[in-house]
Amino acid sequence: MSGVLPPFQRFLDSNREVVWRFLVASVGAVEAEDCFQETFIAALSAYPRLRPESNLRAWVMTIAHNKALDSHRARARRAVPVAEPAAVEVRGAPERAVRDDALWTAVGGLPERQRSAVVLRYLGDLPHREIAAAIGCSEEAARRSLHEGLTKLRKAVPA
Amino acid sequence: MSANRREHDDELGEALGRAAAAAELRTAPSARSRQRSAQDAAAAAARLSTRVAADGLADVSYAPVDSPFGTLLAAGTAAGLVRLAFPEESVDSVLDGLARRISPRIVEAPAPIEPVRRELEDYFSGSRHSFDVALDWSLIGPFGRRVLHATAEIPYGGVLSYAEVAAEAGSPRGSRAAGNALGSNPIPIIIPCHRVLRSGGALGGYGGGLDRKRFLLELEGALPARGA
Repeated sequence: MSGVLPPFQRFLDSNREVVWRFLVASVGAVEAEDCFQETFIAALSAYPRLRPESNLRAWVMTIAHNKALDSHRARARRAVPVAEPAAVEVRGAPERAVRDDALWTAVGGLPERQRSAVVLRYLGDLPHREIAAAIGCSEEAARRSLHEGLTKLRKAVPA
Repeated sequence: MSANRREHDDELGEALGRAAAAAELRTAPSARSRQRSAQDAAAAAARLSTRVAADGLADVSYAPVDSPFGTLLAAGTAAGLVRLAFPEESVDSVLDGLARRISPRIVEAPAPIEPVRRELEDYFSGSRHSFDVALDWSLIGPFGRRVLHATAEIPYGGVLSYAEVAAEAGSPRGSRAAGNALGSNPIPIIIPCHRVLRSGGALGGYGGGLDRKRFLLELEGALPARGA
């Protein structure tokens, strides 16, 4: 329906999985629950003020992204390593699993914006335009952050 | 970009995909872990809806309610029950209407609807003859309000004619206008528009279909049960 926001429940149902996946990937399964609740409570509170033609998915990913950053910072203050790998279900050759684990740790070690770009791209499955909206930068800057992030990962995890 | 490096990027992308799989994401290799991620997300969303409804953060909450007619959809605001929809009405169109006319802050949550569910259950079992749940009249215009207020006064087991309800509503617009107001009753059964008949006793119309009107009137003893 044009010109009217969808009922919040429909918005929640159609975005809950992408937000959940993104949060599990960026803060781990344990913290994901709180971040998920905070993300959608913040979304609910701002919801009626949105313009109906807004990109709702990019908007909610922006909120989720900010909640994930808050969670990272709170964790850093508690001196727990940032972005420890979520419970890893090992599949395939053991050496590959070890390498994936190293990659995951490397993702956690990226600077904020690069990590966000990589996570939003590969785990949130967002196009560059929506990554830019979520991070709050230009599309060009989002591309650059993604590229820089991948370059660092390439160095950290040799082929 | 050299062929070598491009290859490494592809590998990196694949490895990120596997990392995602490890975190039980969409790109997970097995349908089972993908399904589990979807279930976790659904459970988190259900906790969210329940919580925001309990904390009064949503403007409208709704839930399905069983009835002899099938599954009804009940929706309420802080003021009370605002909408009761028959099974033929699509959930999407009912919710779109509520988003447009009341607020898009709508969540599915059974707890606020529980008193409505219980009272309807008692009503259909014959043990309840009047409803105590609060009603939100905000979907009803000024003329409709007069007509439906008059309708709400008709006791269990009683009936009035369209002309009588129009007169009660102080309407110079007569029984046709009253019929239209009754036909767009957003809270049927509980605002008992089924208790309004044609002069002479013919059933007239009903938004939920005449079979249901007859069923309700028989339940209330206002019509002899068929076959009796």
